Amino acid sequence: METQEAMEVQTTQPEWTPAIVAFVCNWCTYAGADLAGTSRLQYPANVRIIRLPCTGRIDPLFILKAFERGADGVLVSGCHPGDCHYTSGNFFARRRWTVFKSLVDFFGLDERRLHFSWVSASEGKKWSEVIQDVTDSVRQAGPFEQYPGRED
Amino acid sequence: MAKIGVFVCHCGENIGRTVDCAEVARRAMDLPGVIHAVDYKYMCSDPGQRWIIDAVREKGLDGVVVASCSPHMHEKTFREAVAAAGLNPFLCEMANIREHCSWVHENRMQATDKAADLVRIMVEKVKRNRPLQPIKVPVTKRALVIGGGIAGIQTALDIANAGVEVVLVEKEPSIGGHMAQLSETFPTLDCSQCIMTPRMVEVRQHPRIQLYTYSEVDSVDGYIGNFTVKIRKKARSVDLDKCTGCGVCTTKCPVKGIPNQFDRGLGTRRAIYVPFPQAVPNVPVIDRERCRYFQTGKCGVCAKVCQADAVNYEQTDEMVEESVGAIVVATGFELYDVGQGMEEGHRGYGEYGYGQDPDIIDGLQFERLASASGPTSGEIRRPSDGKVPERVVFIQCVGSRDEAKGISYCSKICCMYTAKHAILFKHKVHHGQAYIFYMDVRAGGKGYEEFVRRAVEEDGALYVRGRVSEVVRRKDKLLVRGADTLMGRPVQIEADMVVLATAVKPQPGIEALAQKLRTSYDDYHFFKEAHPKLRPVESSSAGIFLAGACQAPRDIPDSVAMASAAASKVLGLFGAKELEREPIVARVNEVTCVGCFQCEKVCAYGAIERKEIRDRKGQLIKVVARVNEGVCQGCGTCQATCPSKSVELEGFTDEEIFAEINAVPVPS
Repeated sequence: METQEAMEVQTTQPEWTPAIVAFVCNWCTYAGADLAGTSRLQYPANVRIIRLPCTGRIDPLFILKAFERGADGVLVSGCHPGDCHYTSGNFFARRRWTVFKSLVDFFGLDERRLHFSWVSASEGKKWSEVIQDVTDSVRQAGPFEQYPGRED
Repeated sequence: MAKIGVFVCHCGENIGRTVDCAEVARRAMDLPGVIHAVDYKYMCSDPGQRWIIDAVREKGLDGVVVASCSPHMHEKTFREAVAAAGLNPFLCEMANIREHCSWVHENRMQATDKAADLVRIMVEKVKRNRPLQPIKVPVTKRALVIGGGIAGIQTALDIANAGVEVVLVEKEPSIGGHMAQLSETFPTLDCSQCIMTPRMVEVRQHPRIQLYTYSEVDSVDGYIGNFTVKIRKKARSVDLDKCTGCGVCTTKCPVKGIPNQFDRGLGTRRAIYVPFPQAVPNVPVIDRERCRYFQTGKCGVCAKVCQADAVNYEQTDEMVEESVGAIVVATGFELYDVGQGMEEGHRGYGEYGYGQDPDIIDGLQFERLASASGPTSGEIRRPSDGKVPERVVFIQCVGSRDEAKGISYCSKICCMYTAKHAILFKHKVHHGQAYIFYMDVRAGGKGYEEFVRRAVEEDGALYVRGRVSEVVRRKDKLLVRGADTLMGRPVQIEADMVVLATAVKPQPGIEALAQKLRTSYDDYHFFKEAHPKLRPVESSSAGIFLAGACQAPRDIPDSVAMASAAASKVLGLFGAKELEREPIVARVNEVTCVGCFQCEKVCAYGAIERKEIRDRKGQLIKVVARVNEGVCQGCGTCQATCPSKSVELEGFTDEEIFAEINAVPVPS
């Protein structure tokens, strides 16, 4: 067991793993991630989930703050359009995201670091795939050093 | 300084196998503010919870983080444990190290690191959590049921029989809905009227049911426990209290030959009419569009013959206001009209000739033909010449399961009622032959498959698998051309009558009603349930419930079951003296709010109200937003929208979330 572990550490260590912060809604994507767990679907251990009631609650500042605190990539994920637990919160999230994305383009943040997805409570498999895809994409972009955070 | 306790659960082997729980607890001890951190085999077990309770009491903890499974699993459990120890339950948070960590990662080191991170994130959040008190809302113990079909009737009776007052609103002149139109019901073939009408009468006579027929819901204000509903009583032109139901007016009215809606246009009525003999209330209504008095000002026969002086031409629409605590929507369905006059894109099946040839009818029209109270007194006679048809072709899935017509769903009831029609036809026309074109026979339900077998084996119905391409008139016959896909060849049947099993669609006007109720409907405009499996009779809005075919195509047993379920939900709601709600609601900072009301625009629930701030002399200083706690569902969209950061969602404040983000580690 121990040697196997050591081997795993050795094989994974040379490759850099990006840190990813995911802002997800409580009803769809959080539950979808729960389902990925219940189904024992493996995905990279580099994602930290921040649970919010709805993607509509997401303030673009959350995303900037995550980058400031050392995230290499950010994922926002909620209910599919039309399936929002709060009827329309995800539509507002989508609009805000669209505007924010163009701002991000403007100040030159690599768009491979920013991801948006719809993952429903029944899409555990999709969640694990999304994490894999986001990780691959952020890995291509490399470590985020463009906007170093304040040292507290 | 905060005094946080961290409790790391092994969940047997579920977490402990991949995560070093003792290490997670050790690292938690190093976090600022954490004064107590332990790990245990089963935190949710009785001794596990006891650990938490004792630690809260003995160490005087002011915050608790339980690192275990998903909060969807046990948040309630641990919050209750914390409350039992005397701490506010909202000062307890969970770090999800099972579903989001141990179950999805294999590498013990990485999983342990992640678990420690998740704990740190929640510790930082819980430090900023504020104690919250459950919101108490008074409840008006009175229910509104919209729709007087079988679902509405069952709901109303169940609620009223439990001792609670009910307001039942039906838009037609009589309650009964579609079930009253049916001849017999599957799979038992008992007469629909015989089981329906006693219930209709029971509704009418029930001391706790306030019945409004020929009425519609005009507006709905308020929130769970406290709705104010305005109901428009349409002018019936006959006084409900005076009318004795003798029916003389309906026989003397000179305006004859108007197609009767209840008979789906197969029978006729006069301008003053009772929709059907067993109508409840048995009071006529004047069709003002067709009434000679209303059109020309000359006639007045009905008023002259009425001994009770009940006819009142001056009657106008009347508005009544009712206060209720819960609403059940039971608006039912309508059949897809495949005839003329369909909106573009939905116009379909012109090749089946519905609406052009009188002998091509839909399922409900067949019900009227087979019904003893119908236009033919229960004899199967075709509409064109009244001849008894010998060969009848039934076509299933007309509209249903057809994406090209915008309806991809299965209408659920057609397989069964078509089998019933074939049986009824054979029972009434012994030498007749029924042909049924089908895609699949879906007979899921108690006694349903046996019933279809009975149609085939005992009553000789011929099932042809395939679609019909066209129906054309050939003198006395209807030529039905189609494909038999099992035999792989075209078929042609000379029929006397064709019956189309058209798709079940929601009642028209559902969108406007959904807007009034601030609830949602699905792609096909059926009302949407809160959760397809676990909350099937609740709508997306608190205090509004769903019953019957307004939510999806339903047969009678399903509708009745749903109706009783909705009634029990309503009674459960009324069981408490006051309503307790989770205090995850938005609050406005009245000092910084500038009254731009951006929040009002994004709120899906209409929870934002206006509050006037006045000085001591009563001069208006400003108008600010105010959140109605009873209505707010806690999505937080207003907070992300507010330009002046003046509204905060309790439990998910900026301070709490930024603390979480800050606790996401900076890689070294």
